[in-house]
Amino acid sequence: MPTSMRFNWVRVIQIGLIGGVLALLVSLVGMVQEFSERDIIAGVITMGLTVLFLIFMLTGYIAAARLLEKPGVLTVIGSALAGLISAGLLALLVLAMQEFNLRPVLVYSSPQLIKILTFDKGLNPGLFYLLGVGMAVGVLGGIIYILPNQIRRAVTSGLTWVALLGLLQQLIQVSLGRSPAVDDALAWMFGKGTEKGLSTFGAIFVFFVVALGSFLWANQGPRVRGRIQALPPSGQRSLRWGGIALLVFILFYLPILLGLYLSEVVNQVGLFILLGLGLNIVVGFAGLLDLGYVAFYAIGAYTMGVFTTASGELVWAAGWNFWQALPVAIGMATLAGIILGIPVLGMRGDYLAIVTLGFGEIIRILALSDFLKPFIGGSQGIVSIPPAQISSFAANNSQRLYYLIVVGILIALFIANRLRDSRIGRSWKALREDEDVAQAMGINLVLTKLLAFATGAAFSGLSGAILASKLGTIYPHSFALLISINVLSVVIVGGLGSIPGVFVGSLILVGLPELLREFAEYRLWIYGALLVVMMLTRPEGFWPEATHKREFHEEHNTVLEMNP
Amino acid sequence: MSAILSSRSVTKRFGGLVAVNSFDVDIPDQSISSIIGPNGAGKTTFFNCVTGFYTAEEGEILFKEERIDGLRTDLVTKMGISRTYQNIRLFANLTAIENIMVGQHPHLKTNWFDAVFHTRRYHLDEKIALQEALRLLKFVGLAGSGDLLARNLPYGAQRRLEIARALANKPTLLLLDEPTAGMNPNETAEMMRFIRNLRDELGITILLIEHDMRVVMGISEQVSVLDFGMKIAEGTPDQIQRNPQVIEAYLGRGAASGLGLASARA
Repeated sequence: MPTSMRFNWVRVIQIGLIGGVLALLVSLVGMVQEFSERDIIAGVITMGLTVLFLIFMLTGYIAAARLLEKPGVLTVIGSALAGLISAGLLALLVLAMQEFNLRPVLVYSSPQLIKILTFDKGLNPGLFYLLGVGMAVGVLGGIIYILPNQIRRAVTSGLTWVALLGLLQQLIQVSLGRSPAVDDALAWMFGKGTEKGLSTFGAIFVFFVVALGSFLWANQGPRVRGRIQALPPSGQRSLRWGGIALLVFILFYLPILLGLYLSEVVNQVGLFILLGLGLNIVVGFAGLLDLGYVAFYAIGAYTMGVFTTASGELVWAAGWNFWQALPVAIGMATLAGIILGIPVLGMRGDYLAIVTLGFGEIIRILALSDFLKPFIGGSQGIVSIPPAQISSFAANNSQRLYYLIVVGILIALFIANRLRDSRIGRSWKALREDEDVAQAMGINLVLTKLLAFATGAAFSGLSGAILASKLGTIYPHSFALLISINVLSVVIVGGLGSIPGVFVGSLILVGLPELLREFAEYRLWIYGALLVVMMLTRPEGFWPEATHKREFHEEHNTVLEMNP
Repeated sequence: MSAILSSRSVTKRFGGLVAVNSFDVDIPDQSISSIIGPNGAGKTTFFNCVTGFYTAEEGEILFKEERIDGLRTDLVTKMGISRTYQNIRLFANLTAIENIMVGQHPHLKTNWFDAVFHTRRYHLDEKIALQEALRLLKFVGLAGSGDLLARNLPYGAQRRLEIARALANKPTLLLLDEPTAGMNPNETAEMMRFIRNLRDELGITILLIEHDMRVVMGISEQVSVLDFGMKIAEGTPDQIQRNPQVIEAYLGRGAASGLGLASARA
């Protein structure tokens, strides 16, 4: 049908332009330039170009998806066109930069950017290279779309892993460097000497191994699973215990393997997991949008600080140790959760969000106030908070603190999991779905809401208490609004109401930025972009809440007939 | 038969609008009764007053001879009144079974401590809740779809799931707000039989709001007619069908005088 065909071509051009604008944006905010310092594959492709390629590929992919019902040769042409248009906009940018001095307005439109975009080949062949590459990568995106499901997944996971390993090469090598034998054995995979990223051979190797693995799992996975299910119960049980033992083993040796710096990153992720598990109860299960969640974190931390500080600057100090103060910290946070909960019982949605937002700020400003300065230190905060200690084992560095955090997470995980699958969890979810109807089901809204606030606040208080003993000093500005927003993002990106989602969300939103510190400038930018894309394409999160199977399906066919 | 639910001159206003005006009704125990009336007549408002969503400004509502007006919704439910909604209001992202299990909330006792430490009470509660949910699922003819999300169920199934969820409250009075809305004649006939079963087998008193006159006249023992918040007639289906005021309310004055005797079909 020619008419619908023409319409679709317009779509392709639109998509190409959108991709191009995105590529322009990424170039002009300096991401391409900054990211070009780092190679993904040593000497072959930098991280900056990877970002551009990713945009071209997505453009090609989306163009292919929108072009025709049934993929074919036309699809590939469409993808090529879309990629070409995207690259074309960049080429125009290069020409514009040649002609005019854009730098007063756009600081990053530097000769260096031109160099990167023209592959250091000068304008004449360089721009054609750019267009050609845009087209080729667009076609690649189109081809990925056409590929059968299993192969597509294999290819994309292969590419993802190459990018990921290339990105994290330094960290991997540093943490493996502890055992020179392993380091030497894997040296061929990475760039030599000061070169960053994977070696060319390493990249190809990783790609094929991951792709093959993914492909095999897609084919053989169900059979393996079937065989495991066919095992006798004793076999399954020993398998499960084997899995748990392996997990415990890994959890135990992780900090030793990772070293100080990476353990520190893991700890930060861990604290956010704790916070996320708590907020997931409030927002994910009970649907109460709480934007002042940082308040309980602060209360936990400050209580720990006041009760354990050894500084002697405060009017009143208990001089307790961590373990004595911990229950008080959790208790105070829980109490605060209830106290905040009471005035907002009748509020919903936006109103609740605004009031809790205010509460979070009130706590921070109180901590900052001169009025309370004698008690909690004002803007100077509380110093000399001792680390947690069991006999001679003090959690005074990140490798040791790790164990404390892991135990905290395991407890929180246990509680959150069990609550979810109980009468209480169900009443929270009912509340989330429809408050009026939940109440009409006989659910006491007051109790149910307060229970959610209190449990969430308790986890947050625990996290805060650990934070205080981790840092040794706490200041009001450690508890800014941004923490609430970050935790909420963690919960949303992972998947509202999903417990594994909290782990995924924390790793992505806290772990990755921490590992990529050198690009901290773009952190919030990427954060925002990620959230927007997530909400558009995967509103249920990276690891959505699983539905619980409770009925063993007997007959499927009688389902929809009326036979009461 | 004594009245299980009595409304004494209940009045509910929204600003200047009198949605329910001095409404009196007695619902006999173990009966099937209906409230009918044109759109906006105040039927659902009355339901909302009974279940505690709204508080009536005047009058009183008695359930089993106790005042329930002004009582909180969850307490009304605990006394034995549950309801369904005109526009189905299931917990859309919970499975069918979970929906019914939420309905059992008032009859379970698990607290925070039980849930975390899996005490005997927790195990007992969960077992009872699941069994009861499966039983109700079967009762409403949804066996096999228990693990589907409520929002993925077809329309008719959603209606029945909503009733199953209301039954999980173990009510003695069930308020059904347009249970056959949007159903085809076969489904409607099936629903009528189902409603009759509820009363005959479980002894539950049923109060319906319904627009489909075949349903109303087919299964009700008592019909009350509301128009602009006022009760204009009450009686058996036969009496209502012959009542000139009712015909006028539904069809207009001209039709009422012209028809005289109407086979009341809205």
